[in-house]
Amino acid sequence: MGDRIFIEFGNYLSGLLALAGAPLLLNQVILMIVKIVGALLFILLNLMFIIWLERRLAGWFQARVGPNRVGPKGLLQALADVGKLISKEIIIPGAVDKVIFLLAPVLIFVPSLVLFAVVPFGRGMIPVDLNLGIFFFFAIGSLSIVVFFMGGWASANKYSLIGSMRAVAQMVSYEIPMVLSVLGVVMITGSLKMSSVIASQTQVWNIFTQPVAFLIYFAASVAEVNRTPFDVVEGESEIVAGPMTEYGGMAFAMWYMAEYTNVILVSAFAVTLFLGGWLAPFGWTFLPSWVWFVLKLYLLIFLHMWVRWTYPRIRVDQLMSFGWKVLVPLSLANVFVTGFGMYVFRGIGW
Amino acid sequence: MTSIYQVGAFWLISLAIIFAAIMVVASRQLVHMVLWLAVCFIAVASMYFLLDADYLALVQIMVYAGAVSIMMIFGVMLTQRPDLKECLLFNNQLKLATLVVIVVLALTGGLTYGARWFVSGATVPADTIAHIGTLLLSKYVIPFEVAAVLLLVALIGAIVLAKEVKPGARSRD
Repeated sequence: MGDRIFIEFGNYLSGLLALAGAPLLLNQVILMIVKIVGALLFILLNLMFIIWLERRLAGWFQARVGPNRVGPKGLLQALADVGKLISKEIIIPGAVDKVIFLLAPVLIFVPSLVLFAVVPFGRGMIPVDLNLGIFFFFAIGSLSIVVFFMGGWASANKYSLIGSMRAVAQMVSYEIPMVLSVLGVVMITGSLKMSSVIASQTQVWNIFTQPVAFLIYFAASVAEVNRTPFDVVEGESEIVAGPMTEYGGMAFAMWYMAEYTNVILVSAFAVTLFLGGWLAPFGWTFLPSWVWFVLKLYLLIFLHMWVRWTYPRIRVDQLMSFGWKVLVPLSLANVFVTGFGMYVFRGIGW
Repeated sequence: MTSIYQVGAFWLISLAIIFAAIMVVASRQLVHMVLWLAVCFIAVASMYFLLDADYLALVQIMVYAGAVSIMMIFGVMLTQRPDLKECLLFNNQLKLATLVVIVVLALTGGLTYGARWFVSGATVPADTIAHIGTLLLSKYVIPFEVAAVLLLVALIGAIVLAKEVKPGARSRD
């Protein structure tokens, strides 16, 4: 029943606009703006919750309490932090390249926000169903590397520069196994469209046919969002905070929030590619499709946090050899086995 | 080019491409140049989007704009001066440069003007990637594979060149 609540709202709005005599183009533009605002609200609300969740879970894993004072169970802690950070001064050190220094924390959000356009939030609830959806994800996602480098270089600080060089090396290297692992899913689906990826998983989710690909994707996605055990980019004990060293106040908060936005994003794609998207497991359709999507999303986000607070940081030289000597060959083998298996199954007549 | 919006977008994007390209040459700092180059690439990609070549646009973003960060690293590592203020951006070869520019412009302009463009009245297919995929693995499979082997050779060559030389190892030559 609640499954179509957002779609009905969209239809209602569109009908209302048509009734008011708005031309078709204006109608579509307004609907698109409403969709974008909806996706933004989804991101910001989840961001607040995830930052609180991470800090509570970190406390739990480390046998301490965590933030529990502001609001019930400390839920409003993120709001209080944002208030504090907004009121702080953004310190601009003397030697920085001012324009790029201030541009980087703004631009870091752009690729992440653009990518939410192809996330299927529920049945028929995908803002733009591109027929190149998966490719779009990787192409636009690769742009955030440039922004990391902008921030690190413009800071005119050796720790920032080393951090941003590490960021480039790491993110470029781990993009390759990430793309190759998804290739198995694309081969099974035969399409790059997000909606057909989900439609192909009605019988069995891809995590069961592509378990190795899921593990590779998860490892590579942790590296792409620069979180422990792959957080050499901002390793506190070595290079202060990497590209974010010189940032303060809201500029730092932007970097911080971008990291969590990217966690939501890679988890949302993992849900779509491997966990059946908004499809209900065991035919339990008593919950709306978007609720299932959010539940699976939080399962994966919890996995990210669990990994972060459990494992120590990997060494820089180990990081590269792990990416190139383990993940890349493994994902290539996965592509090979998938292709072979598909022909065998087709031969049997499945 | 049907609606007024598309024409407007075309001009806007064209101006952005030209402006970014000029800034690439005119910037005083190497990293600024590379960043303007990224802007230029993304603007070209948006032109492809406008022309309904969405696959090409995404390839443009992934291959060119994504590789810009690597180029920036080389820019930082290979230049000693933090900015190019001390470097000579403009020298006194003005006459020769003007001549070369005029010749190049005349050549490209003449070729563009004289070219017989292939114009098709057919509508742009909605699903370009399926056609590209089919063509790459049927009609153009040999060039495709040759390019792949070439890239592999380059990859192996880079690994061999960058390989660590062990202190005790004797060189072969």
